[in-house]
Amino acid sequence: MLYREAGDYKTTYSDDNQTFPIKADRIGYYVILLVAFVVIPFLINDYWASAVLLPFLIYGIAAIGLNILVGYCGQVSLGTGGFMAVGAYATYKLMTAFPDLNILFVIIMSGFITAVVGVLFGLPSLRIKGFYLAVATLAAQFFLVWLFNRVPWFYNYSASGQINAPERTIFGYAVTGAESLPQATYLFCLVFLVICAWIARNLTRGSTGRKWMAIRDMDIAAEIIGVNPLRAKLTAFAVSSFFVGISGALFFSVYLGAVEVGEVFGINKSFLVLFMIIIGGLGSLFGSFAGAAFLVLLPVLLKNVLVGTMGWPTDLAAHLEIMIVGALIIVFLIAEPHGLAQLWRVTKEKLRLWPFPH
Amino acid sequence: MNTKFMTLALAGMMAAAPAMAELVIPSLTYRSGPYAANGIPTADGIADYYTLLNERDGGIGGEPINLIECETGYNTEKGVECYESTKGQGALVYHPWSTGITYQLIPKATADGIPVHSMGYGRTSAKNGEVFRNIFNYPANYWDGASHAINHLLDVNGGDLKGKKVALVYHNSAFGKEPIRTLEELGKKHGYELTLLPVDHPGQEQKSQWLQIRREKPDYVVMWGWGVMNQVAIQEAVNIRFPMENFIGIWWSGSENDVIPAGPKATGYKALTFHNIGMDYPLFDDMKKYVTDAGKSAGAGDQIGTVLYNRGLYSAMLTAEAIKTAQEIHGTKTPTPMQVRDGMEALEITEEKMTALGLPKFGPSFKVTCQNHGGDGLGAVAQWDGTAKTWTMITDYGPSDQDVIGALVEEDSMAYAKENNIEPGCN
Repeated sequence: MLYREAGDYKTTYSDDNQTFPIKADRIGYYVILLVAFVVIPFLINDYWASAVLLPFLIYGIAAIGLNILVGYCGQVSLGTGGFMAVGAYATYKLMTAFPDLNILFVIIMSGFITAVVGVLFGLPSLRIKGFYLAVATLAAQFFLVWLFNRVPWFYNYSASGQINAPERTIFGYAVTGAESLPQATYLFCLVFLVICAWIARNLTRGSTGRKWMAIRDMDIAAEIIGVNPLRAKLTAFAVSSFFVGISGALFFSVYLGAVEVGEVFGINKSFLVLFMIIIGGLGSLFGSFAGAAFLVLLPVLLKNVLVGTMGWPTDLAAHLEIMIVGALIIVFLIAEPHGLAQLWRVTKEKLRLWPFPH
Repeated sequence: MNTKFMTLALAGMMAAAPAMAELVIPSLTYRSGPYAANGIPTADGIADYYTLLNERDGGIGGEPINLIECETGYNTEKGVECYESTKGQGALVYHPWSTGITYQLIPKATADGIPVHSMGYGRTSAKNGEVFRNIFNYPANYWDGASHAINHLLDVNGGDLKGKKVALVYHNSAFGKEPIRTLEELGKKHGYELTLLPVDHPGQEQKSQWLQIRREKPDYVVMWGWGVMNQVAIQEAVNIRFPMENFIGIWWSGSENDVIPAGPKATGYKALTFHNIGMDYPLFDDMKKYVTDAGKSAGAGDQIGTVLYNRGLYSAMLTAEAIKTAQEIHGTKTPTPMQVRDGMEALEITEEKMTALGLPKFGPSFKVTCQNHGGDGLGAVAQWDGTAKTWTMITDYGPSDQDVIGALVEEDSMAYAKENNIEPGCN
């Protein structure tokens, strides 16, 4: 009744082609943006920023990046952790080499550096496909982590092999380092997320995205109709790695502040981000957000409910948390193999007809 | 939807936190994951000591202790979550029990004005209290440990290590990399040759490292391991018939859990320690009376008296003494985190104090000052008897090579001060 397209007349092609053709969607989008930019900064404290919102925003960017590669272009990648590490170490090297460079540019440059590395590791995708490509990207994951552990130049020869983010400011507000305010870090990451999502959305509905999807659906057919697989696959790797690199850069500089590559950017991270997009929905931007929210927020929520509210022992809660999240993943994937995004799509279809279904 | 529940959950948590005046001490533990075997006894030791104080003395200086456990799983991200969630409840001092999390907390806790006590782990150069105002790592640190191991080897070899080969098997993380610089410097001084053998987290697979040891036949192996890595390494050493008395672990590689799986063949394995072993202390009578027999033990209650349980207990004891000192200095029963910091900086552990606490000769005497947040760095060597399943101290507490370590601490802490624009000083 409320959610419908009836009465929403489009008189131009650009109106017809807009991202959110339904009015309720458009309003919802602006309301969410308004809440995220204007309301939430007034409500958050250190806990909400560092434990809940920052990880959600940053994993959201990583999930969008991986979704472009896996969901839109069909190239399975297990190297996300390694590419995030490239972003993080690039940020660290740039931050320490050029202390006066604005952190905003440092992070964008880290994204570009990661894109180059991603293209390099994406080259094998022209010859190998499917599970074999997954193994090749797995090699990237292990190689990159090994590299950052092995070559002291990357961590500026520090005794512990850790990298630490010095304080950097934007408009006089610290966004990295210990003195940063939760509002500043939150808004900083939010701006990156919104821009990344906006770019991703427009890329995927333009000709580039159509080429990716053609390659995904059937690469030989795509080649016959004139899609250059070399360009399509490598642009997917480049764009995907760019986003993943930005998320790695933010993960290190804004969220954690100190990073140990083996622990933070290990193979677990690659799987985590892959699970996010599988649960959220492959080939869907909303799915990236939903998956990130599901896997980041649910454990924190469960911990707070089980330990904070119900007062259970922490170890029991930790074990139960793994079991509950695991069980929910199975339930969701049985109920809807195409992820949370498909669930949302079906809900919207139903809502359009509600309350008078055929 | 999630957000709504989160709000409810958080509101519930806030409401559940009692508003009455008490001493809030968070305990970041890991009772799950690949490091649980070592995390559980440590956490139990801490919890039991505070329970004892609450039950017997009504807390510290009559003020009850509220110990908040938070599960980190030895994972940095969860550690950050734990820090942020407990910070708001008035946490007085943090014990991260993980070098990685300590590195996270050093800048955060300093900015928030909360002290951190990383006992025998964390950033070694935090010993320089003029730079690391809020960070304490008494009574000993990794570089002391590295020096103790080499000192022991010097003792065994009549003071000469020239031409000997020493291999370091280490957890490939900030924790494991800490001793490398010191061991290299000491190698220059004493003329031994150092081989580095990193083991990646979590360390269940070490075949190649031990194959290399078998091939290169180092005279001694020093290990910086934690969690499941210890058990695997000791088992592998047994498998390649490495002489166990030439195998020395840091204090984090010297608990019962690490050696028991390898059976009687692990006999002779040595580990460093900075506190005593066993239950032969008057304090444990009180522990039995007020905690164990009263059914108030933490966890399963089966860890009492193990090496890591004692370490947890020792850490809790040092914190309690620091809070006591803070209460005396500032004349208040409920010190603020910064006042607790002052207490830690003025902490003096003497033999009389330890005897009065029921722990005579449990640990070395030491004194913390503003310049020295790391104590005197005394340490000893313990040896494992796999048949009797007991650790025995085979040396007294000895000093570490402060000539080498002091210079390294100065260098590393000054580099940190420069990076972070800290003006070293005691005010």
